[in-house]
Amino acid sequence: MSSPATAIDHTHHDPTLQHHFSTKEQQFDTSKIGMWLFLTTEILMFGGLFVGFGLMQGKFPEAFLQAHHHLDKSLGALNTIVLLVSSFTMVMAVWAASKSKQKQLITYLFITLVCAGIFLVVKYFEYSHKFHEGLLPGRFYHHAGDTVPGQFMFFSFYFMMTGLHGFHILGGMVVITWLLIRAMKGHFNANYYTPVDLVGLYWHLVDMIWIYLFPLLYLIQ
Amino acid sequence: MSAHEHTETHEHGGPKVFAVTLAALLILTVITVYVASFDLGNINVVAAIAIATVKATLVALIFMHLRHDKPVNAVIAISGFLFLGLLLMFCLTDIMARNNPVPATLKVPVKAAAPAPAPVAEHH
Repeated sequence: MSSPATAIDHTHHDPTLQHHFSTKEQQFDTSKIGMWLFLTTEILMFGGLFVGFGLMQGKFPEAFLQAHHHLDKSLGALNTIVLLVSSFTMVMAVWAASKSKQKQLITYLFITLVCAGIFLVVKYFEYSHKFHEGLLPGRFYHHAGDTVPGQFMFFSFYFMMTGLHGFHILGGMVVITWLLIRAMKGHFNANYYTPVDLVGLYWHLVDMIWIYLFPLLYLIQ
Repeated sequence: MSAHEHTETHEHGGPKVFAVTLAALLILTVITVYVASFDLGNINVVAAIAIATVKATLVALIFMHLRHDKPVNAVIAISGFLFLGLLLMFCLTDIMARNNPVPATLKVPVKAAAPAPAPVAEHH
């Protein structure tokens, strides 16, 4: 590196490289570590709910078994497939961005967004069915004709876990829309695609949480 | 590992790898649903969590690039699960040392149609 080159670097420096980082790689790695730390707090937040679910299910297995029959397995499976496909399209979007494939990036981001929308629509039908039947959390539970008491506990966990997950999907849709707008403006290429990569990580974590939610809520025996 | 060593550049997987991963994830989903249709007692839960963990690992290693990433990210991710294990462990030791952990909301009347066998605690 000669000194004239560094002088040019300082005057017309890369707008995507912030001045407190030495290199693009350092900047990228730092962002990524930050994202992983955030994802860890997400794991712990959902983890608390999973631990609570596990303990209560162990204590009241009959109530949980009876309650889970109210869930529609096929809708749960459909949503699992939708989310897995969206995870695939998201990783393809990251790949397209890293290869400066502008059109593919926009297409894959759009498919991911559509999948997220489908997921929420399916969830809406599931929720409205449960609201209708009185399958609600805690004191709001008023389903008629139960033979096993305590089923409201299952629905407390069901609504807390899938609700929190649903809000994560919603948040994901917001940031993917933001990515889509920026991608259409041509902000991302092989030189700079950190936001796409980080949102991708977030989206995969949301998928990963559903991977555990689906068998635990819908398929318990 | 060795099957994908042909790529000369430092690639974080390509479309082919991602597509194969998606196929594996979908097959594992079918397997979970299939296994859940049998009553295997306690094995059901173990199988469900085991398959989910395989799926989550695939997502983390390939979709989240942990396989080729800087190790620090994997360390952060694993630390999250370690602390989750700690939480579970202390909750379990607490709950197993008690006689009757009853959630406060259980006092809310639940339409008890029949004297059900569910272990609803007798509180005083």
